[in-house]
Amino acid sequence: MNFDFSPEENAFREEVRQFISDNYPKHLTESRRAEFTKEDFLSWHRVLAEKGWVAPHWPEEFGGPGWSVTQRYIFDDECAKANTLIVLPFGITMLGPVLMHYANDAQKAHYLPRILSGEDWWCQGYSEPGSGSDLASLKTKAERDGDDYVVNGHKIWTTLAQHADWMFCLVRTSQEDKPQKGISFLLIDMNSPGIEVRPIITIDGSHEVNEVFLTDVRVPAENLVGEEGNGWGIAKFLLGNERTGIAGVARSKNAVKRLKEISCAELVDGEPLIEDMDFKKKISELEIDLLALEYTELRTLAAESAGRGPGAESSILKIKGTEIQQKLTELIMEAVGTYSLPKIPMLDTGANYNLVGPDYSHGVSQNYFNMRKTAIYGGTNEVQRNIIAKFVLGL
Amino acid sequence: MDFDFTEEQTLLRNMVQSFVQDNYDFDSRMKIVRSQTGMSRENWSQFAELGLLAAPFDESLGGLGGGAVDTMIITEEFGKGLVTEPFLPTVVLCGGLLERHGSDAQKDMHLPPLIGGEKIWALAYSEPKSRFNPANVQTTAKQDGDGFVLSGLKSVVNGGPWADYLIVSARTSGEGWQQDGISLFIVDKSADGVASQDYETIDGGRAADISFENVKLSAESLLGTLDAGLPLLEEALDYGIAAICGEAIGGMHKAHQATVEYCKTRNQFGVAIGSFQALQHRMVDMFMEYEQSVSLTYMVNMHVGGDAASRRRAASGAKVQIGKAGRYIGQSAVHLHGGMGMSEELNVGHYFKRLTAIDAQLGSIDYHLKRFGSSEAA
Repeated sequence: MNFDFSPEENAFREEVRQFISDNYPKHLTESRRAEFTKEDFLSWHRVLAEKGWVAPHWPEEFGGPGWSVTQRYIFDDECAKANTLIVLPFGITMLGPVLMHYANDAQKAHYLPRILSGEDWWCQGYSEPGSGSDLASLKTKAERDGDDYVVNGHKIWTTLAQHADWMFCLVRTSQEDKPQKGISFLLIDMNSPGIEVRPIITIDGSHEVNEVFLTDVRVPAENLVGEEGNGWGIAKFLLGNERTGIAGVARSKNAVKRLKEISCAELVDGEPLIEDMDFKKKISELEIDLLALEYTELRTLAAESAGRGPGAESSILKIKGTEIQQKLTELIMEAVGTYSLPKIPMLDTGANYNLVGPDYSHGVSQNYFNMRKTAIYGGTNEVQRNIIAKFVLGL
Repeated sequence: MDFDFTEEQTLLRNMVQSFVQDNYDFDSRMKIVRSQTGMSRENWSQFAELGLLAAPFDESLGGLGGGAVDTMIITEEFGKGLVTEPFLPTVVLCGGLLERHGSDAQKDMHLPPLIGGEKIWALAYSEPKSRFNPANVQTTAKQDGDGFVLSGLKSVVNGGPWADYLIVSARTSGEGWQQDGISLFIVDKSADGVASQDYETIDGGRAADISFENVKLSAESLLGTLDAGLPLLEEALDYGIAAICGEAIGGMHKAHQATVEYCKTRNQFGVAIGSFQALQHRMVDMFMEYEQSVSLTYMVNMHVGGDAASRRRAASGAKVQIGKAGRYIGQSAVHLHGGMGMSEELNVGHYFKRLTAIDAQLGSIDYHLKRFGSSEAA
């Protein structure tokens, strides 16, 4: 047991740092995710894809870099330090492993390279108005008609569907006694006739999520992944993978750094806020929580690379990771004080606005509002606790 | 980066585990705790025989070269069995100080009987008014010819009643909580002027308030450099934290496990109480606190040998986590056991008490939260 980096690993860190510094698109620094365009996300995605680094956890045979757990840790750490845009998880993190595990050879050969290159933008068609935490109650129906499925239904909270070329979608292909049965996993072309995407504006004023209406959408039967009716197993597999990436440790470390910088700049009766014992204590508690989570994630990754897991324990990463992300946005908003009040209009509204207050204050409250979603998405934190209770504690 | 244990370490763990199973079941443990002395010399000799007292020390000193991680493995298993014998003060705190900072003569004289289980040691650093700050020292050691004269009072010395030797912090210059001017001394507890008031602690352990009245010390009893003992003491306490974290996760594991098992079998309203979501989520929160504590226990044991700044941060961060988690898991374990949790005859209350005591040893949550915040690497 040790925490030393080998000379090769240190050289790798240097290589990653240099690569980011040389290749990260300069116009993409210092902004909020809600303000980035499709092209912004894709420009960084393509740079990484060309280098072969866009899917750190993919096996080499599918175009992954074949990195060790430590290399993946270093890569995440350096991306976070440089405050790069994230690579969106829908294709790379969520769908990719599902296809490798369940898809037929033709599907793998067609879709995986296009995920890597960024040619296809994927969105996730899971939640429905009546199916949130109780996902298995979903009603969107796919009926077989010749070589096609005909899909009718209503998906909601579909993140960045406004940009999507494709949607991986849970649909009901038969009515069974148990709701988990009869669910299938279908890949749907978002340009198909009968699909309508309507924006949902969230409490931070951003347009990140959507409703997707499907009316008599014809989907070729060859777009079914795995067997008809085994979609629930795939859905659970996907959520398990989603949880491992969800801790967001490296990004949160960077946010702590930002919180401290703000706390050094803000003054309380002439003294830096960071010298205020009450506030400092809040920062320290958060940092210790994050440090523990970092090592919990490393332990999970190490177990995974030794062929154990990720088990239901990865729900801890989701719960703790999102609690920390939320607390961070809350403390940053608190640290900023009065200048947390001005509202920053979204760029895509075309509104002109004058920014007031220090740069670091812009949008902090909207970020705080936005991050409330983290305890809700990917299976609420209460559902995660149910998962641990059932599968780890055997209750 | 590597989180695996070596084959030797797994063997060590198995050995300690079977010792605890065979010799330290709940009833045997309670017999020891309720005895006059509160420890078993027989167990102590067995520790020596099994090589546990030699585990962390360098091979050149008659040790097994295991370092902090081996120590953690031992304390974790001891924590599961609520072992009361003074492994922490003797081997980790005092043995570590001797190994890292003793002169060759001091090492030659003291380490073999320590490793052999013949002599027991305790670290006398806290005082009635020092709270948790090891720099706050009023005990004095005044130069007297070649040697020193030691006077003062040390409070709640863990393992003090059993100790043959003490390592005592004293002011040789300066005052209050000045960093400079503190020196460490090896003191024979049977020396003239040493008086020990012994008592039982809340967790079944033993401690003592030890007074020193003009105790004459030779020049050779100085450990480390004159006036520069504080960094050595702080380092020793951080090693102590790394070890006590191991003990804490052992105790947390057992308390949590016992609670889950109990809730699966205890029926109320016609069902097992473990089927209630309110209780399930509390047990999941206990589990998460436990896992987070394991993570920081590994972390501190990997970093405790590093530079002072990262060692301090690692130790204080870990101590805060196990303090909070220990409290939460201990309280919840008692609560979820209902009335049974209140009974002295059930082990769960004893894990609660030990976890409670651990927070007040080697610095509390609040003390280490402040220390963590001020230990920022520049």
